Amino acid sequence: MRVDFFKGAILALFIGFSGDLMAEDTDIQTLRAELLELRSDYESRIADLERRLAIAEQNAMQASYGALPTAAASASGNAAFNPAIGVIFTGNAWNYSGDPEGYAVQGFPYGGEAGPISEGLGLGETEIIMNANVDDKFTAWLTAAIAVEDGEAAIELEEAWVETTALPAGFGAKFGRFFSKIGYLNDKHTHTWDFADQPLPYQAFLAGQLVDDGLQLRWLAPTDLYLELGGEALSGTNYPASGRGNSGAGSYSLFANFGGDVGRNSSWLAGVSLLDAAATERLSGDEDNPLFFSGDSQLLTAQFVWKWAADGNWRDRNFVLQAEIMRRSEDGLYEGIGLAPALYDVDQYGWYAQAVYQPVPRWRVGGRIDALSTDNPGPAFDGSLLEAPDSDPRRYSIMADWANSEFSRLRLQYTRDDAGLAGDNQWGLQYIHAIGAHGAHTF
Amino acid sequence: MTTMRQIFHACVLALTPLCAQADLNVFACEPEWAALATELGGDHVSAYSATTALQDPHYIQARPSLIAKVRNADLVICSGAQLEIGWLPALLQKANNPKVRPGAAGYFEASRYVQRLDATANLDRSQGDIHPQGNPHIQTNPHNVAAVAAALLNTMRELDAAQAQTYEARYADFSQRWQDAIRLWEDKAAPLRGKRAITHHKSWVYLERWLGITEAGNLEAIPGLPPTATHLSNLTKEFADRGADFIVRSPYQDSRPSQWLSERTGIPALVLPLTVGGTDQATDLFALYDDIIERLLGALE
Repeated sequence: MRVDFFKGAILALFIGFSGDLMAEDTDIQTLRAELLELRSDYESRIADLERRLAIAEQNAMQASYGALPTAAASASGNAAFNPAIGVIFTGNAWNYSGDPEGYAVQGFPYGGEAGPISEGLGLGETEIIMNANVDDKFTAWLTAAIAVEDGEAAIELEEAWVETTALPAGFGAKFGRFFSKIGYLNDKHTHTWDFADQPLPYQAFLAGQLVDDGLQLRWLAPTDLYLELGGEALSGTNYPASGRGNSGAGSYSLFANFGGDVGRNSSWLAGVSLLDAAATERLSGDEDNPLFFSGDSQLLTAQFVWKWAADGNWRDRNFVLQAEIMRRSEDGLYEGIGLAPALYDVDQYGWYAQAVYQPVPRWRVGGRIDALSTDNPGPAFDGSLLEAPDSDPRRYSIMADWANSEFSRLRLQYTRDDAGLAGDNQWGLQYIHAIGAHGAHTF
Repeated sequence: MTTMRQIFHACVLALTPLCAQADLNVFACEPEWAALATELGGDHVSAYSATTALQDPHYIQARPSLIAKVRNADLVICSGAQLEIGWLPALLQKANNPKVRPGAAGYFEASRYVQRLDATANLDRSQGDIHPQGNPHIQTNPHNVAAVAAALLNTMRELDAAQAQTYEARYADFSQRWQDAIRLWEDKAAPLRGKRAITHHKSWVYLERWLGITEAGNLEAIPGLPPTATHLSNLTKEFADRGADFIVRSPYQDSRPSQWLSERTGIPALVLPLTVGGTDQATDLFALYDDIIERLLGALE
């Protein structure tokens, strides 16, 4: 309305102006001045109107957005419910100065999938990850690993779990197949590791990583200090358990994690955990001379992680220090080919410490020491893989990696191995690439 | 009842810390939303910001301290539009707090309430770190902040009905002061209209749209990836002739690329606060825009 009025006024002014050609100079100047004044007034009012219109539009839009359900998705049709899907590609090129074919760590017969990275060029695991909310109370996650074994592709169900999202009072529960929350590295996905392989204690005591079927309960304290307590009941199918002892409730774990910030630059996480597993004729050692263990296996782990970045600005420069120590106590009976059944009651230790520094965006360098030590199980085990080694198994590794983006990484790693081979020099290249959904990484 | 009121008054007058129990625990992903929640809630709100203005909000560690804060939050306020996609989902998953899960009343995504720019259906990561739901750095236009404030009032009223009247009164007051401030900023920033900016990252598209500044280029060749030497030297050639009025970066971005380009082209390099706390001057939401405009005008002289 007001705009129309002003348009009319200006039009009228123009008509009047052109119709009065005989007016004197002073009149013309007065009129000009008035016109200018009107014009500037008109412009400022228009600007004011535009501004108010913009605000009104914002408010109207806010009102219409506000009316939408908060979980509204832009896509339509059934595809809108598709889970987030991601695929991780990994591959290695690894060189050993010795022969990794007979790789074995004296005193620590490996079980499950533990062992060195395949020599030469090889594909690592290709992982397909899917996850989505089931409904308002549950979320679900699937990780399927495609591995090539003996020339044939096999799909392995790595993780398949459902987690609650609506439990009150800081409780959370997870059930299905999942990575146990013991230790720090155990529930970290392969593609988030800082080195291409797991440290020795994880290889020796957990066959790489403990994944099992079961139930996990967590509680988070309502404090500013991060304090998480939890436990798991697991079927006891996988190493260090076996045979689904205790009527299929073979293993249980307890864990406690603490953490916080120190100033603006640093944050830390510490934790302890206990795994209690039962084994029935658990297979370990090399294929030609397998060993079988029946008895109890207990694993106690303590871990500490320190992360630093100037002003907490992670992207440009950061530093991570990480260490874990484990004690495994096994009590039971060992038997095997070339080994008369003998009682075995031994404490073993393993630890690693690593530091990774990112001096500039994209580039990181890191170093790691990992080691094992064991009591001697006794003369009955002399000459077998269970006999304590003369010197403690130990490795030293360094790595450098380059990440073009969050989704691609190329890594060079060198390891001096005094664990499975004597004084072996190992060089490796690794790639880790991800497509699809953007995963959020835990601390 | 009278006793209660007396105690309340005693608390207010004496400002006894023991009595200062906030009604709403707010976890804000970025400082601007913590500041906005405090504008609307005053003493009834205890607002914590997960990030500072010196941190790139795309890259934050899902730290234990943040999980503990989310655990105790009544309201989580984030920019959304995938700005926090690398860390917020991990916090929410580990915090076991159903009140602030996406879909719950206590989960508030600010970018839902404004018209987002640069939304794209062309989702290809060869184009860099793109946000399909549009540019998430919405806080650089005060009209956006006004729209978010209105929506946030609704959420705060819903979560804390007992203080609804306080929030409404504070909102009305804030809103009035904000609209007045916007008029002043717009008048003051009039000389910036039509000026050309080279920005480090596409963090300033809302500011540019608001003040009529043209984005002449970016230091990042591909959004989200660090500026490359090749791209910078191309920019030197491109802007040697054509010119631009400022090179803009946020406090958490590497200063070297903008300094390098500035030295070779003579275009002034500026640090602009992307949020509250980004500069010594940007102490609150009002001071944030005062300082942004002040710094831009300063570069024209």
